[in-house]
Amino acid sequence: MNFDNWVPLLIVIIPLFIAVIIFALAEDKIKTRSTLNIGASVLSLGLVGIMLWGVSKGFHYETRFSFLPGLDFVLRADSLSMLFVTLSSALWLLTTVYAIGYLEGSPHRSRFFGFFSLCVAATLGVALAGNLITFLLFYELLTLAAYPLIVHRGTQKVRRSGRIYLMYTLTGGALLLLGTVLLYSITGTLEFVASGFLSTLDSSTHSLLILVFVLLVSGLGVKAAIVPLHGWLPQSMAAPAPVSALLHAVAVVKAGAFGIVRVIYDVFGIEFSVTLGLTLPLAIIAAITIIYASTRALFQDGLKARLAYSTVSQVSYIILGVAIAGPIAAVGGVVHLVHQGVTKITLFFCAGNLAETLGIHNISEMHGVGRRMPWTMTAFTIGALGMIGIPPLAGFITKWYIGLGALEAGHGWVLIVLVGSSLLNAAYFLPILYVAWFTEPKGDWPAEKKLGKYETSLLLLVPPLITALFVILLGLFASLSFSALAWSEFIISKEFLL
Amino acid sequence: MLIDSPHWISIIILLPILGAVASFLWRQHIVKIALTTATGTVISVGILSWQVISNGVQCYELGAWNAPLGIELYVDGLSVLMLLVTAVVGFAISIYASAYFEGNKSKHFWPLWLFLWSGLNALFVSSDIFNLFVTLEIIGLSAVALVALSGGAKAITAAMRYLLVSLLGSMLYLMGVALLYHSYGTVDMVLLSLRTEMNPAMWLIMGLMTVGLLLKTALFPLHFWLPAAHSSAPVPVSALLSALVVKASFYILWRLWIVVFPLDNDAQVGLGFILGVLGSLAIVWGGVKALQQTRLKLLIAYSTVMQIGYLFLAFPLASIMGWKAALYFILAHAIAKTAMFMVAGNILIHKGHDRIADLYSTVQHLPLTIVAFSLSGISLMGLPPSGGFVAKWLLLEAAIVSGQWWWGIVLLVGGLLTGAYVFKVLGYAFIQENSTNEPRPIGISKRMEWTALSMALFAIVLGFIAPFVLGIMDIGSPFTKGSL
Amino acid sequence: MTPAFLYALVGIVLFSIGLYGLILYKHLLRKILAINILGSGVFLVMVALAARTGDAVPDAVPHAMVITGIVVAVSATALALALMLRVDAETGQAVLPEDREE
Repeated sequence: MNFDNWVPLLIVIIPLFIAVIIFALAEDKIKTRSTLNIGASVLSLGLVGIMLWGVSKGFHYETRFSFLPGLDFVLRADSLSMLFVTLSSALWLLTTVYAIGYLEGSPHRSRFFGFFSLCVAATLGVALAGNLITFLLFYELLTLAAYPLIVHRGTQKVRRSGRIYLMYTLTGGALLLLGTVLLYSITGTLEFVASGFLSTLDSSTHSLLILVFVLLVSGLGVKAAIVPLHGWLPQSMAAPAPVSALLHAVAVVKAGAFGIVRVIYDVFGIEFSVTLGLTLPLAIIAAITIIYASTRALFQDGLKARLAYSTVSQVSYIILGVAIAGPIAAVGGVVHLVHQGVTKITLFFCAGNLAETLGIHNISEMHGVGRRMPWTMTAFTIGALGMIGIPPLAGFITKWYIGLGALEAGHGWVLIVLVGSSLLNAAYFLPILYVAWFTEPKGDWPAEKKLGKYETSLLLLVPPLITALFVILLGLFASLSFSALAWSEFIISKEFLL
Repeated sequence: MLIDSPHWISIIILLPILGAVASFLWRQHIVKIALTTATGTVISVGILSWQVISNGVQCYELGAWNAPLGIELYVDGLSVLMLLVTAVVGFAISIYASAYFEGNKSKHFWPLWLFLWSGLNALFVSSDIFNLFVTLEIIGLSAVALVALSGGAKAITAAMRYLLVSLLGSMLYLMGVALLYHSYGTVDMVLLSLRTEMNPAMWLIMGLMTVGLLLKTALFPLHFWLPAAHSSAPVPVSALLSALVVKASFYILWRLWIVVFPLDNDAQVGLGFILGVLGSLAIVWGGVKALQQTRLKLLIAYSTVMQIGYLFLAFPLASIMGWKAALYFILAHAIAKTAMFMVAGNILIHKGHDRIADLYSTVQHLPLTIVAFSLSGISLMGLPPSGGFVAKWLLLEAAIVSGQWWWGIVLLVGGLLTGAYVFKVLGYAFIQENSTNEPRPIGISKRMEWTALSMALFAIVLGFIAPFVLGIMDIGSPFTKGSL
Repeated sequence: MTPAFLYALVGIVLFSIGLYGLILYKHLLRKILAINILGSGVFLVMVALAARTGDAVPDAVPHAMVITGIVVAVSATALALALMLRVDAETGQAVLPEDREE
């Protein structure tokens, strides 16, 4: 056992360990807790950096030990997992800073940060899982660790939201488990292998394999909020803003989408999925989700509810990109894991700032808010434009690649979906921008607080500005060799054996 | 060498009995005596297990009389795991009880509990069906007395009903023993396994013994006595009953089914189907009833009804993997349920009640206890990583491999029902409300919180040591016919 | 029909009577008596079947078992009677709640 065998485990253990320490910490030890939190996320970001460098140089990072008879617990860093790990740990750091500012003075912070770290550990585990059983383990851990965050406020209303969240996710977990066991009984292995490990199986198993696919994807689709399995996501918006930001823009929904990508690429293999005729129905479902959720977003007055439906719609871009089954669209889908995460977290941070500073929860209360909080609204505007897909922002790159890929793969109808969805995106984001920048404030804000010297406390202001900057940079420098796009191309080149 | 001595098998039976007598005689030192005995028993079980793990199956003839006449004790992998889980649960409950009981109840609890422990150990090492009857009675009578310990009309009537049911079960079983002895001239399981054959008398024997043992194991619809008995007993006793006592009669049924009854694989699958259906009904019924409960202890008791159902899903599979899954269910459930009852005890003392709808703010006041509840809930739900997950995984796999996938669906439905009632409790515990019409919450001893948490953590750890535990199960291959 | 077989048959009849009484009678004392009759039935079967070799000396093992069984039955009965008195003291009626007549 050398360093390379321990890094993946270490990455998962750090937040886990921090979680335990934070639970044990007294409520009023704010300094210690904040230091621990930030220290740990910086430390794992460093480790991720080392691994990122190593993976690109072809190093092999793997932790493995026996877990069940015939099955190992495997954490492995490959190019796909590194994409998700980097995203999660970078956003973990920013969200931690944000959450420290957001929760200042509110009760039960130990509990909050403890479960928050636990969620991060689970997300990193999901990202690094080297086989389906390890994936399942962390996937369920994520389900459970997110629950206390959703019910954090402790009211009857959030209890109901929590119940709905669990009904969906636990059922999804059961389907995933059933699919996993079924797959294991057919193949005797669950290891993720680039370009899949099922194509060599006898054709008599194909109908069973289709069943496995349906079970796995519908299990994962609950977290990825594919219509009609998306009902829990708007409900979970009852959680505090940092939770919505990290968990519902990044960790939880991404775990589902990432899992679908894994299943298609590293279990079934993209070409075998096409052979089984699985990708087209999935692409159609994703397209329906994109259009349906965008339409629903139009009619939400609650800012977070609108963002939630926007998330439902945007996550399906990832699935759409992958399900088109062409290398170019796949690059667009995979890179959207990063682009959507960074963009959506910006929007949620801003929504949190509005709620925390001015008490604004609804779009109809946002008149003239651009003047009161110009920086926040600037970040929000960049995020919104990124979502719509205005060049050269991150969202544009995604849509460009998916559109191009769809044409290449002969799925012209996808372009209609893309255009329709972009129009809908514009229709639900631009009015917000208009109201915020170009109308007069209507008297007092619902609940104004004076936080710090600037428009709001710096802890709340800096994270969205940084992520907004990333939205620009990821788009602007997409062609550089270390961009998310280049990395996605690197991943896809392995899957398609180009 | 002391550690290689063959006498440890009898020591694990004798030591708790001596402790029971001593704690009865010297009441002023009762807790010290009891805890010393518990520690000693755990160490003895540990040594015996070590012998079995390193040297294989251990046999012992009491008083050096040979099999047909004397009493032979026999320890294989299955016995070792039952002994070990009894030791772990027993030790934790002893620690917990030393903080839970005060005054008079303590005086009665300790001798009865140590007596019960001795009975359990004796049961798990007996390979003679009459001796099993005696140990079953020791367990039954002390369990009834322990239920009655909390006093009050509810507990006493529950104990009374439990006693009648338990005696009826034993008598049905004993009738089977009498007929078996008459037909085959022995009560030794090994000899019986060589001699039994299918005939009308055998059907009668199988029917009598199975029904008798199912009654004691509380398989649906014979579970009617369990919720009242398990929920009205004092908390450490509830934990003992749910974790260990119902498993004792299950253990006997299991041994009979695999070894003694002349069932070939087809017959095991066919007859097992009936048990599997009853098990499924137990899962659904127990789960729904648990969800409807308004009291925490009753909820946990119905959860036991449900978890017993899981064990019977292994019967129609009739495969080694299925049996191993059932054994893992026993281990995981014993540990997790102990933790869960301890949680109920902590809440009961802290709040003065266990009404689920009024559990608000428990998260703030008893964080460790709620963590314990959540972790043990995870194991009961069968979510990874936990002992319950390993069991569920093995059983799912066994079901699919044998082509009987429908049991797998039952299993998943059970998991969801469990999730529903576990999170029902957690949901209320997370609510923050300041109520004035309630007595001020009472602080509870750290020892009780930490024992509950340790057991819950152990239920999670069981999810990581599966290769080791499953290895022990192979010693003496207890799940193969003619193995004993 | 040998006498031993007859005894065994009587044992089974006793067993059935006991079972009938246990299920149908409500008063706890009757239930306890029924359990004892049921137990005696089992013991009788055991003793009777011990004589399976006809004229030869009967098998001693079932006798030993019956003695053990009786010891168990006596202690169980004692416990049951004590509990019954407690039930009566607590509820005013020596019956189980489901059989109570209000």
